[in-house]
Amino acid sequence: MKILLIDDSKTMRNIQKAVLSQLGYTEIEEACDGQDALSKVGAFAPNLLLVDWNMPKMDGLTFVRNFRQNDKTTPIIMVTTESEKSRVIEAIKAGVNNYVVKPFTPDILSQRINETLGRLAA
Amino acid sequence: MDPRYITPFIASIQNVFSTMLQLPVSIDEPRLKQDNRATYDVSAIIGMSGDVTGNVVLSFPADTAQRLVALFIGEDISTDNPDFADAIGELVNMVAGNAKADFSGKAVSISCPSVIIGQHHAVSSGSDTPCVIIPCQTDCGELAIEIAIRETNAASTGDSTAQAA
Repeated sequence: MKILLIDDSKTMRNIQKAVLSQLGYTEIEEACDGQDALSKVGAFAPNLLLVDWNMPKMDGLTFVRNFRQNDKTTPIIMVTTESEKSRVIEAIKAGVNNYVVKPFTPDILSQRINETLGRLAA
Repeated sequence: MDPRYITPFIASIQNVFSTMLQLPVSIDEPRLKQDNRATYDVSAIIGMSGDVTGNVVLSFPADTAQRLVALFIGEDISTDNPDFADAIGELVNMVAGNAKADFSGKAVSISCPSVIIGQHHAVSSGSDTPCVIIPCQTDCGELAIEIAIRETNAASTGDSTAQAA
């Protein structure tokens, strides 16, 4: 299972990486914004993406719209401080499969990851 | 300033610190800030735009900020380590992002955070935007939330800017 973590904050990437490691996922690539992520998805070919919303250069929503032009199926979880209902709807319309609001506990993030991958396996 | 734009920040900082740092935050009486000098030596700044515009600052004494960062990332680092600004910036990002969700019926975007570290810097929010300080107490030390925001059509001029001095 290859996972691409996209967040401009190294702190948040490290926290998410720790949760993923606890779940047994160790094949993790990191990107610091949407543009960086777009340059890495081809070679890395992730099976799951965790994407922040507010980032410099290219925000998470723009990244998701770009990514979905070529990949309709790889699951994407938006991990963001944007918690308004309108934002969640906007993200889902862009192609996000699940949503985690910051701040989150490790349990919540684990639950959303398992839920998302579970749906894929079903 | 309309209390509808103050109380969300109180709930938000308590939620963020409790969830990410397992740290309770007690709140003292908010007051109007009289000048643009930073309250403490570390300012984590985020801009708001849309139906509500302005700046929100988390202001920390350096030693408080270092203790909070140690809790957040799990190691002690100095203020000149790039990871320090990253962690402090993420705290203001979460506090502002969660607070704006409670601005009923308002569409608001937040900027990427900026962090200023150093004594005697200033954070200016424009002369037409009053700044409210919410003093906070934690077991890691004191800090303050500084809120200088207004409804976009409640005043006519001036974008907010942050500047180091």
